[in-house]
Amino acid sequence: MMTMGMSRRSALLGLSAAFTVGRTSLALADAPGQKRLVVVLLRGALDGMAAVVPYGDPDLVGLRGALVPPGPGQPDGLLDLGGFHGLHPALSGLHGMFRGGEALLVHAVAGSYRSRSHFEAQDYMESGANERMSSGWLNRAVTAIPGRRANGALAVGVTVPLLLRGPAAVGSYAPASYGALSPDLYARIAALSAHDPVLGPAIAEGLRDRGFTKETLAGSDPVKAGDVAGVAAAAGRLLAAADGPRVAAMELGGWDTHAGQAQRLMGPLKQLDAGLVALKGALGAAWKDTAVLVMTEFGRTARVNGTRGTDHGTASVAFVLGGAVAGGRVAGTWPGLTDGKLFENRDLAPTTDVRSLAMGLLVEHMGVPAAAMATVFPGSGGVSRDAGLLRS
Amino acid sequence: MDARTAQALIRFGLGRRGEEPLPTDPVAWLQAQVEGEDTAAFAGLPTVSDGLTLLREQLRLNLPPGTTLVGPVYQQDVRAQTELLLTTEAPFRERLVWFWANHFTVSTRQPQCYATVGPFVREAIRPYVTGPFLAMLVAVMRHPAMLVYLDNAGSVGPNSTAGKGQKRGLNENLARECLELHTLGVDGGYTQADVTELARVISGWSVDMDRLYPGFLFRPATHEPGGKTLLGRRVPPGEAGGIAALEMLANHPATHRHLAVKLVRHFVADVPPPGAVAAVEGVLRDTGGDLGAASIALLHLPEAWEPLGKVRTPQDYAVAALRALDLPAEATVPPAGMLNGVLTGLGQPVWAAPLPNGWADDAGGWTGPEAAMRRVDWAYSVSGRVGDRDAADVAEAALGPLLTAGTRDALHGAGSRRDALALLLSSPEFQRR
Repeated sequence: MMTMGMSRRSALLGLSAAFTVGRTSLALADAPGQKRLVVVLLRGALDGMAAVVPYGDPDLVGLRGALVPPGPGQPDGLLDLGGFHGLHPALSGLHGMFRGGEALLVHAVAGSYRSRSHFEAQDYMESGANERMSSGWLNRAVTAIPGRRANGALAVGVTVPLLLRGPAAVGSYAPASYGALSPDLYARIAALSAHDPVLGPAIAEGLRDRGFTKETLAGSDPVKAGDVAGVAAAAGRLLAAADGPRVAAMELGGWDTHAGQAQRLMGPLKQLDAGLVALKGALGAAWKDTAVLVMTEFGRTARVNGTRGTDHGTASVAFVLGGAVAGGRVAGTWPGLTDGKLFENRDLAPTTDVRSLAMGLLVEHMGVPAAAMATVFPGSGGVSRDAGLLRS
Repeated sequence: MDARTAQALIRFGLGRRGEEPLPTDPVAWLQAQVEGEDTAAFAGLPTVSDGLTLLREQLRLNLPPGTTLVGPVYQQDVRAQTELLLTTEAPFRERLVWFWANHFTVSTRQPQCYATVGPFVREAIRPYVTGPFLAMLVAVMRHPAMLVYLDNAGSVGPNSTAGKGQKRGLNENLARECLELHTLGVDGGYTQADVTELARVISGWSVDMDRLYPGFLFRPATHEPGGKTLLGRRVPPGEAGGIAALEMLANHPATHRHLAVKLVRHFVADVPPPGAVAAVEGVLRDTGGDLGAASIALLHLPEAWEPLGKVRTPQDYAVAALRALDLPAEATVPPAGMLNGVLTGLGQPVWAAPLPNGWADDAGGWTGPEAAMRRVDWAYSVSGRVGDRDAADVAEAALGPLLTAGTRDALHGAGSRRDALALLLSSPEFQRR
């Protein structure tokens, strides 16, 4: 397990231990200069309209009234983002960054993939291509940074995500603990065995013995935000060190909210929020040189489904955070939710390609040559980088 | 893969390893493993004599715990024999080895057995799993591991040279377990008098720790003199009496029935179907206790091809999962050398059964709530360490048509590859054999 003494990258190099807390894991790579980049992968498909709620859209309540929190100013209400969008109330830390001008929230974002399979979508998102590649765009970008130090990169996590795999060497630090299952996964496993005469009762009783109730399995247990915050803070300290790595990837699960979404999202959102706040805090003065990209493989259906959840969709939301980010606004083109505006009459339609955000951060922030974008993101000829993500 | 092949790989094997080639005729493939030679090689592992020598030195030097001479050799043996489970191409033969090793349990709960249990399985069990039961029984009963584990090494006939005028006497432990667990079975028709008489018969079957190569020794000085009567039949005095008694026991109808029940329970159903038991029992009777013939008879039981109802033991479960994920031994996480650590966590450490009756062979022994949860937790942890394996592919390769629609849907709906693999390994069908 990560300890506070692990603030120096050198202390980690050569250790083949891992570093995971709960469902979060972290991978780091080395890059020259003072600029830092953190990519947070939200695996399982975050419902963008639940995180950044377009409460000003007149069609919202008709599509998913049951999932919409009270408006801004009401108890447990949305945190206003300027009169049309509101942040989910669990994201108060992110709201603080937004008000400080350090959070840019981009709506209706998607990659090139449209088929709604988690695994393929995650592969494409991490490959940065219209296919699964053997390396990830973040690794290829690291190799393209001029003057890259030769002394190896560092991955911290149970496994190095595809995002950070590739030609740039990635050392690893593996965890002593295996991580824990989410209540949601426990619930799915219990459901799978529910009709088994032997295993069904055993697992049900085992969950009861461990203090899981119907409510906790529905995801509304008191949030253990400390897990994610601990990993994020460790990442921040590593990145802040003078000789530390400059690129990190974090993964966070629990977003596949097919049922009981309002309850199930509470925990992951609070964890994400606490993690982002902890990351900023641990980076300290280096926050001004840091950009964070938070993204997910796709969004979810605009309509609530039959189990008060949402199914696999298309566009979601992405966050760009950091001391140098031109934040304090909701960016992207809102496609609207009226009839005919939904993608395939079910999903929020994509209007921003997530690769334009990644390209913008790589080129404008990390100094990756623009010419390298063709190899970092193969087949992205039609995508142009967003040059307005950072304060000039 | 057709259902019969899938079932053959699971019920009589150790689960398919990755996408290893499938047998064209699963029953012929299993049968060939019984009829062919044992190809396992254990170069460099100790003999029981080596183990006892280390134990002797350890006792002589009075070494503190943690610096034992025996420990590393024991670990090496555990590793070699469990790694074979992950890589073997004769999984039915391995299943038979572990079945009979459990039938003739020697356990490290008796700490002196750390020195001998690995050699015991390789020397007294493995060479005999397809031969006459009598050969295995004799090898087991004369093996130092068993003689120490069940206390016969120090048993002294009260009227023997060494016993006369001393307070030392018989130890019935091995004799009782031989009748109750190894041969006739608890309802096999023997009496307390038979237990004591068998203890007299095998008094003097001991272990010589003093000679250059320690090992089995018949000690005339501690052997109860005179003829004995076991199950109403005369048994001659001396070392030959023990052999004669074991012959009588090995060929006893109650033993055939007992072994048939255990084999059928292990390979077919927790509650052994009477017809299946009768068939295997008949083969044992007609072949003079040929374990190879009995093993083959199992393959031809109609009941063996009914849907899988048994729950995998922790060892079978972990091995099947690692094989399904096709983790190379050296890259296995936890490493194969730590498979015993996994099994300890799941409640079945290697060669460490609590009692001489061995590990449970029915679902009831392995499906307590916490046990079930530990499997789920381990499934999740191992799933997090195998990279990007697609659970649907793993499921198709490992289970084929045995995968249920419900599990297939759950895999498809999982939020990550890791979750999907954890669901697969936690599914009811993956936990069956």
